[in-house]
Amino acid sequence: MRQFLRVAWVVMRKDLTVEMRSREIVYTTVFFAASCVLVFAFALVREGRPLEDAAAGILWISIAFAGTLGLGRTFERERHTETLRALMLAPSDRPAIYVGKLLGILALLAVVEAVLLPMIGVLFHAPVMASPGWLLALLFTGTVGFASVGTLFAAMLVRARSRDVLLPVLLYPITIPVIIAGVRGTAAILQSAPDEPMARFWAALLLFFDVVFVTLSLWTFEPLMTE
Amino acid sequence: MSFDFDRLVVDDVSRNFGRRRALTRVSLTCVGGEIVGLLGPNGAGKSTLLAILSTLLAPSSGSVRYGTIDARTAGPALRSRLGLLGHDLYLYPELTARENLEFFARLYGLPGPRDRVTQALAHAGLAERADDVVSGFSRGMRQRLALERALLHAPRLLLLDEPFTGLDDASGQALVARLRGLRRDSAIVVVATHDLDLAEGLLDKVAVLRDGRLLPVSDSTASLRDRYRETILASASPAAVSPDAAPARRPS
Repeated sequence: MRQFLRVAWVVMRKDLTVEMRSREIVYTTVFFAASCVLVFAFALVREGRPLEDAAAGILWISIAFAGTLGLGRTFERERHTETLRALMLAPSDRPAIYVGKLLGILALLAVVEAVLLPMIGVLFHAPVMASPGWLLALLFTGTVGFASVGTLFAAMLVRARSRDVLLPVLLYPITIPVIIAGVRGTAAILQSAPDEPMARFWAALLLFFDVVFVTLSLWTFEPLMTE
Repeated sequence: MSFDFDRLVVDDVSRNFGRRRALTRVSLTCVGGEIVGLLGPNGAGKSTLLAILSTLLAPSSGSVRYGTIDARTAGPALRSRLGLLGHDLYLYPELTARENLEFFARLYGLPGPRDRVTQALAHAGLAERADDVVSGFSRGMRQRLALERALLHAPRLLLLDEPFTGLDDASGQALVARLRGLRRDSAIVVVATHDLDLAEGLLDKVAVLRDGRLLPVSDSTASLRDRYRETILASASPAAVSPDAAPARRPS
């Protein structure tokens, strides 16, 4: 177990160091996510009044779109240098590589979400600070659910010719339950009177999805990555 | 868990990619202290065979055994004894030479990664460029660094795909000397190369592949280049498939 965690940590640290040097993925995903929110704000906010419950939907759509972009780019980097093969050669359980990549993606999405939340708060008059604990719990569990499947698919498609098209086509249908649960739970928190029991229900459901998706991904990563 | 082996046995290995057959019933045995050359024209199946030997690719049929252990059952313990220098160098261009090697040293769980890396950088002649990012390196410098990456964990089986690419004369000779050192340490080295001049005198055994099949190599006293040419020309006519590789050195 110690070795598993060590490898996951080493892979995540390497991904973050590479990203700190180039800042290519973080800039593109943050810019893309912020653009999404801005466009929706222009469409859905009339005379200073946003559409009811729109904020939660826009937040999760932006996270999903930006996440897809980030997932694709992260693995494109490994494909370009063929370093994914070197990672697969490491004398550790291959799921540790998956966990390392997943942690790197989660760190990237955390930056995206840190930028999106204040934007959503300002543009959609959403009370993002009304129940911050539950909001963070929903964001965390939802992001883990989305990124766990996304990391698996992005790794699996890294050698596919039309990977850019296939990733969203495969990813969105599977993660729809996560996104719906994320939207409903976040909407319950972002309404004028936050509904915490409802948020707790959706967070629990997201946690259940996380357990299922992460377990399945860990189980299938090695066979899927063996050519 | 780690294990040692002094024999690599490729037994009747075939590999298909969809309907295309990349390797057809290849059998080969390598023993410790041997440098085996994989020769053949482009697309002959050399890289596919190396990928199978490195466990990155599973054979469609046949088996690969490392000592007595089958590749399918070995897992991480086997990978800790393999080193691969592919045609792509498996380096991160955004990281420095030192960071690249340190990353792989930590990935392999090597003790004292910093000292090992410093030593490896000195071996590669890159001590002064250790803190420069790899994207600024020439192909030869990257090649030397990638070789050190492959050797960092002192592998028992070293697989090299075109290791002389981009190396100047001095670096090529240094690589030859390094491989001879590995032979002395009883490692198994498999080299896929087109550089017959550098390979001459280095290889203990050659296996010539063409269209995914092993060709019979003559045992004559001619140079490696002549024997290779002869083998390729002979393969134009229907030829029997060699059961194993032939000795590479001219009898003295």
